[in-house]
Amino acid sequence: MSVENIVAQGGEHLAVHGLEWTTKELFTYPNEFIYWSIQIVMYPYMTGLVAGAFVLSSLYHVFGQQDLKNMARFSLVFSLALLPVAMMPLQFHLQQPLRGINVMFTPHFTSAIAAFGIVFSTYAVIVLSEIWFVYRQFFVDQVNTLKGKEGAKDRIMYYLYIVLTLGAFDTSDEAVAKDKKAVKILAAIGIPIACFLHGYAGFIFGSVKANALWMSPLMPVIFIMSAIVSGIALCMLTYIIIMEWKKWSTIIAKGKGDESVKMLAGAELDVITKTSRYLLGFLVAAITLELLDLIFRGYTAMKSWDILRSVMYGKDFINIFLLQYTLGNLVPFIMLLVPGLTIRRVFFALIFVLFGVFMMRWNVVIGGQAFSLSFAGYMHYHLPIIPHSMETFKEGLFGAMTVAATPFVLFYFINKVTPSLEYK
Amino acid sequence: MSCSRRDLLKNTFKATLASTLPLSAFKMLSPAQVKASVGDANVRWVFLVDTQKCVGCGLCVKACKNENEVPYDPPITRTWVERYVLMKNGQSHIESPFGGRDGYTDTSIHENEIPADQIAKGFFVSKLCNQCKKPACVQVCPVGATYQTLDGVVLVDRKWCIGCGYCIMACPYGMRFFHPVHKVAEKCTFCYHRIIKGMKTACVQNCPFEARLIGNLKDPNDPVTKIIMNQRVSVLKDEYGTKPQVYYIGLDTNVR
Repeated sequence: MSVENIVAQGGEHLAVHGLEWTTKELFTYPNEFIYWSIQIVMYPYMTGLVAGAFVLSSLYHVFGQQDLKNMARFSLVFSLALLPVAMMPLQFHLQQPLRGINVMFTPHFTSAIAAFGIVFSTYAVIVLSEIWFVYRQFFVDQVNTLKGKEGAKDRIMYYLYIVLTLGAFDTSDEAVAKDKKAVKILAAIGIPIACFLHGYAGFIFGSVKANALWMSPLMPVIFIMSAIVSGIALCMLTYIIIMEWKKWSTIIAKGKGDESVKMLAGAELDVITKTSRYLLGFLVAAITLELLDLIFRGYTAMKSWDILRSVMYGKDFINIFLLQYTLGNLVPFIMLLVPGLTIRRVFFALIFVLFGVFMMRWNVVIGGQAFSLSFAGYMHYHLPIIPHSMETFKEGLFGAMTVAATPFVLFYFINKVTPSLEYK
Repeated sequence: MSCSRRDLLKNTFKATLASTLPLSAFKMLSPAQVKASVGDANVRWVFLVDTQKCVGCGLCVKACKNENEVPYDPPITRTWVERYVLMKNGQSHIESPFGGRDGYTDTSIHENEIPADQIAKGFFVSKLCNQCKKPACVQVCPVGATYQTLDGVVLVDRKWCIGCGYCIMACPYGMRFFHPVHKVAEKCTFCYHRIIKGMKTACVQNCPFEARLIGNLKDPNDPVTKIIMNQRVSVLKDEYGTKPQVYYIGLDTNVR
């Protein structure tokens, strides 16, 4: 196959999609390449984070977990920042990015992807309207505060907030109570939709009958479980960072021995300990399902098992068993289970959990293309690092980093309009 | 202007009722349904590959690339020929460099010299789109850009394909790829532009040994139909339930 690669790279202006980062071993069909690359790894990872963040915010709005009050605002606004990012990897991956909107024009409903536009926009509408109800009173307050101020920035913000109120200036107790009720209803509807958004990402893979690794009815459930795991982990991590920041700013202001510092630290550990129990539960569910899938494949040993085994236990052993199961699952599991939990230990456990979920996505998407449909050959993926064309940028390390960084940039701007960290 | 809640509901109901009748005169069609009205329902194109006759010259691959403007040098191809060499010790060697375009004249496979006296059997198998009765690629296309004609051929609308690659993933035969120029999904079409005019496909036309044949399964007098009906033929990977319509004579258990 090496000769092929050399010759084909000679005519590189005719870039064959996938050729750049695929090397082949033994017998593969001529047209087989790693067509779904890093951006398709990012897609379920980012959707999982969106779903998880939203579910966490709903815990407060629906079930009234008071200790999550500040967290809930943050995770709601953060899930809005994550929202466009769930679509970004798909846009980056499409060969015809400008035609992406065709999915909305002519959805072909026998396809699992066709529903994406509908599920995604339903979810977007719910998140946006929930944020509107949460912040409506704040918008009205801002309009009243900024009224009559002269500065250019104040004028812009004034008109922006007027638009954002959508003409609803009523802040009577009755109206505010209605807002709260609306938030509760929207958050409750949002939970199943968030799970659906993600479970359906699992269905996209699980329903590909041609792919021996992907095809499994467990796939959507595994995806939902790991999505909740990663979403909770990210929100806990961010919560720790915010609380530590608060604690340190209090220490600087009031001194280390101050009563409020101890209170903050105590409250932080309490919330983290409680939330980590949920995390552990979902982690156990996710690992159990994944192992069930693996054991079942080994026991039934269908035609594809020979090649799957050689990929899992051979070529991808480090990625699957060391990085995903051991470092990403087992290590944080033990870290969270050992009594005497400290914030520092949780912090590192959460980073491992997030890494483990990322590796799970990687092993599904890339691992699923590591073997040929002929079951007689292998394909290896080489992530493009230094981009030298649009394609190697979009579907390379920098493209993935762009996707990963975007929610934080978006959050910075959205947070200017709807402050989710300071506003009480 | 004032409008009570009762009036609003009343008028909404009236408007819905009044618009239902004229709207029901229209029929919603999926893009696939629209496109599928292409073709002749009295024809079902099928293909027959006689592996006993194939010598692995690669003329079919060359002809296909030229006819269908698939870039010649990149390793993607609409059709290809695989070489199988099975050794006496049970080992198997399979290859298809450049889809077998340049013919098999070399005695080495994957840079290993194959000792002739150790060979148990060797043969060639040509592959092309199976134009499945239940095509997985058509099922998964999110925009309906790929569709099946009434005469059974699966085509791609180059102006509507978004290039997501789901069809490429869904095909169990690895037939599809992205066209390097058009940047959309590309596949074998049985040379649809030729066969609807009564011509043969480029590969059939160029096969010197009649190892490739195309026919109409709905015509009982078609020579290809007669062979499929009367002889022992098989298809590739029927376990996927796609009901492939490329029939083979002389398939071996080692064929992938």
